[in-house]
Amino acid sequence: MAHDAHEVKKEMVAIYPKKLGKKRAEQIVVTELGPDGSVPEIKANVRSSPGIITQRGCAYAGCKGVVIGPSRDILSIVHGPIGCSFYAWLTRRNQTRPPSDSDPNFITYCLSTDMTEQEIVFGGEKKLKAAIKEAYDVFHPKAIAVFSTCPVGLIGDDVHAVARQMKEELGINVFAFSCEGYRGVSQSAGHHIANNQLFKHVIGLNELAHEDKFTINLLGEYNIGGDAFVIEDLFRRCGIKLIATFSGNSDYDSMANSHTADLNLVMCHRSINYMAEMMEKKFGIPWLKINFIGAAATAKSLRKIAEYFDDAELKAKVETVIAEEMPKVDVAQKDVKSRCQGKTAMLFVGGSRAHHYQVLFKEMGMEIVAAGYEFGHRDDYEGRKVLPTIKVDADSKNIEEIEVRPDETRYVPRLSQERKAQLADPELEFQDYVGMMPEMEDGTLVIDDISHHETERLIELYKPSIFCAGIKEKYAVQKMGIPCKQLHSYDYGGPYAGFEGAINFYREIDRMVNMKVWSLVKAPWQTLAPQPEPAPVAAD
Amino acid sequence: MSADTSAVTNMTASLNILQKPAALPSYVSTRNACKLCAPLGASLVFRGIEGAVPFLHGSQGCATYMRRYIISHFREPMDIAASGFSESSAIFGGGENLRRGLQNVTAQYKPSMIGVATTCLCETIGEDVAAMVREYQEAQIDLPTPQLVHVSTPSYSGTHVDGFHAAVRSVVATLATPEPEPSHHVNLLPGMVSAADIRYLKEIAEDFELSSIVLPDYSETLDGPALDAYEKIPAGGTPIQGIRSAAGARASIEFGRSIRQRDTAAAFLESTFGVRAHRLGLPIGINETDRFFSTLKDIADRPVPRQHEMERERLIDSYVDGHKYVFGKRAIVYGEEDLVVGLAALLAEIGIIPVLCASGGKSGALRQSIAEVAPSSPGVTEVCDYTDFMSIGEKAKLLKPDLLIGNSKGYGIARDLGIPLVRVGFPIHDRIGGQRILHLGYRGTQQLFDRIVNALLEHKQQTSEIGYSYM
Ligand code: SF4
Ligand code: SF4
Repeated sequence: MAHDAHEVKKEMVAIYPKKLGKKRAEQIVVTELGPDGSVPEIKANVRSSPGIITQRGCAYAGCKGVVIGPSRDILSIVHGPIGCSFYAWLTRRNQTRPPSDSDPNFITYCLSTDMTEQEIVFGGEKKLKAAIKEAYDVFHPKAIAVFSTCPVGLIGDDVHAVARQMKEELGINVFAFSCEGYRGVSQSAGHHIANNQLFKHVIGLNELAHEDKFTINLLGEYNIGGDAFVIEDLFRRCGIKLIATFSGNSDYDSMANSHTADLNLVMCHRSINYMAEMMEKKFGIPWLKINFIGAAATAKSLRKIAEYFDDAELKAKVETVIAEEMPKVDVAQKDVKSRCQGKTAMLFVGGSRAHHYQVLFKEMGMEIVAAGYEFGHRDDYEGRKVLPTIKVDADSKNIEEIEVRPDETRYVPRLSQERKAQLADPELEFQDYVGMMPEMEDGTLVIDDISHHETERLIELYKPSIFCAGIKEKYAVQKMGIPCKQLHSYDYGGPYAGFEGAINFYREIDRMVNMKVWSLVKAPWQTLAPQPEPAPVAAD
Repeated sequence: MSADTSAVTNMTASLNILQKPAALPSYVSTRNACKLCAPLGASLVFRGIEGAVPFLHGSQGCATYMRRYIISHFREPMDIAASGFSESSAIFGGGENLRRGLQNVTAQYKPSMIGVATTCLCETIGEDVAAMVREYQEAQIDLPTPQLVHVSTPSYSGTHVDGFHAAVRSVVATLATPEPEPSHHVNLLPGMVSAADIRYLKEIAEDFELSSIVLPDYSETLDGPALDAYEKIPAGGTPIQGIRSAAGARASIEFGRSIRQRDTAAAFLESTFGVRAHRLGLPIGINETDRFFSTLKDIADRPVPRQHEMERERLIDSYVDGHKYVFGKRAIVYGEEDLVVGLAALLAEIGIIPVLCASGGKSGALRQSIAEVAPSSPGVTEVCDYTDFMSIGEKAKLLKPDLLIGNSKGYGIARDLGIPLVRVGFPIHDRIGGQRILHLGYRGTQQLFDRIVNALLEHKQQTSEIGYSYM
């Protein structure tokens, strides 16, 4: 792969009209780690240009689909015309396990006010109220969440007033999300909106006390393919008490009780860092960035938790679990390396996965040639240290920043100042995230919000062994003769988290990068060398 | 429209051909919808035109959702561009976004056509997109610009099927030009059928030695080959030149009993250019297919090709063979209205009682259409339009059917009841090859029949204590 990344970048943007080319050039960088640990600046979290085929979805997708959707007993009602609701119906493949068959699981339902022209013209509040009442009568949920889609914001229905009123009338928790798809520039806006409303309307409502020594919440793990089950099992074996997950395999009561934990673990920084910060400010719960994707990363994350609690017994347990798991991982790694070493991967997905999954590929001996997020911000690329320098544009300004103060009675600092100082070791990522770029090889392409056109060029030039994205990209990539691994839905495979998940992933990628089917594209008669011309009859 | 749509009642219209249905409450919400939204149908149409790129005017999220949905069914690339409204375009209008979007698509794709459909957002604002598109096209008159076609597709007033038909009509109305010389071809307007159906229709027309324009034709663009070199816009699709000549066609054949009264592409071509419109039901089952072949025979003025007659004969032979397995069985069919009508026609022929015919659509013509094709259903046929999957599921509990016929979205109901689901229509995202399911004609009916019988046999085998291997 003898491509100069800088040249590739130039070539990729050449086709665009001038203004667009200039913008895209700022969203494509070539990594280079400075001696002070600095990385080049990338433009991110800016609006995709009209007419560009982007991977991105909307705020509603981030709010309803990503953050709230996986929780099983908050009943969701989508206020708007039918499509938005239909398209988010069970498409994210989050798994959940209610404690018993009689416990509620609303994940399989897709309720919509299915607005008609009448409501668009005269307002839909009345219908929304009736829909909430009806949903209550049928399902008797503990909580109902209402999501606004684009037209609703425009006609000015006050979904929050309706929620308040119905909360009073029904005596259950009802709250709404102004997550219209035109807010912000991607799903990311919706994550923030979801964090805000959960924080305002759910966190801190359940005071159940725990005797356990090590209590945590897991933030930003959505249990695709059963990842959360694997992680839960690791916690259990280590003697760590998980109070709530946001929001894979979660329920309402545990979320309401999450303020009682002593540590927040942040898995997907992009979608949930707001929650970690707000909980720290209000309740004094510190947070740690962890990553359970990759065997080494999992071991490291468990060790970080033990380090935080600084307890000999916990540390010993963590080491035991790691020692139990690693031999199996080593065997699998050795096996796949014999076939995968030196192969190349590209990852363009999400707001954290394009970083996390690099670990797994490296564990297999594969090389990352290009990566980027669909809806990451600069801090996800360059690390939280750039936060103070990020400019807030009009698209981000319209998302509420909640002002949070310490709770008068429930703010309990978990750590002394000295202990905090001790934990400031950058390796520990205590209340910090270093981002994707510092961990990448110099000279690698990083592309934010990659377009369909750029994807094609990239693949043509580099011919990677595998491309990771989502279902929208999958078949286009495969038309180009490159296998595409879906890292949103996992291609209905998984789990990929933890030690067991790492082994699953190695095997899956091994199978994909060594697939032979493309050698059949040409039929035998199509590949035959042209028949030689009959030799001219020698003339004498 | 058969449903009451006052502000608080979006109720399920329950109509009954023979007997009053068990009273069930009607609901405010749509609970697990049995329909998708309008621009999705329009995008499919645009994808079926040679060199065209679908474009949504509105928020980018809608385009992304529709792409992911269409892709999950076809397992093929599907690009839909969007103008990507921001909050300020939502307030001040999206004209500038539209212009820039069209420019950017042109630069990247060099399309021969861009089909612009609207999302709810821009419809709610009330933008005059038609005028914006016209102005853009006129301003670019000296530049190599793609042909633009606009269709208005507010989802709060129609489903994906409505969007589909509206787009076909818009394409024709925009492109068709009066022909000095009549051409001898026939316009085939099949509606939202599978890629395999489209390929088969073209084959039939060829066998009649009729030249035909099938609109849309996504038989290749959404069911293409593995490639050596990637094509930005896949090869195939209805040639634009062909659509232009639609005005001079010998006749149009348009499928869909539910749309016979509507202002469709065929209606437009007839009223504007005098192209005779043959408006038939989807040719599923022998009777409906006979009507289609008779029409072709008349238009082509030649006998039905022997190989098709033989397919018909084999089909009847198999009806006889399979009769003992299917007769008296009870089925629920659901999905797009015209597909439901076609399936009801087939079921009535083979002796399966369509106990419930359900659709999320609301053309208002479903009941009448079913009465026409299945007039003597020996049991109760309940017809519900404007309904949803929870209502279907609730009724299914009472109706105790032996099987379900419809798209993947009914899987939950089939699973709850422990009965087979025969997958047809759109979307099919829990099986491979949804685009290759053949529904139409003698051949498609044959395949449906075989699949229905085998689903029942398999179920019988699986639930039998003995486990016969000879049935
Ligand atoms: S806003 Fe309208 S067009 Fe967009 S997804 Fe929702 S229903 Fe479909
Ligand atoms: S209408 Fe808005 S909320 Fe709905 S899918 Fe489109 S962008 Fe998202």
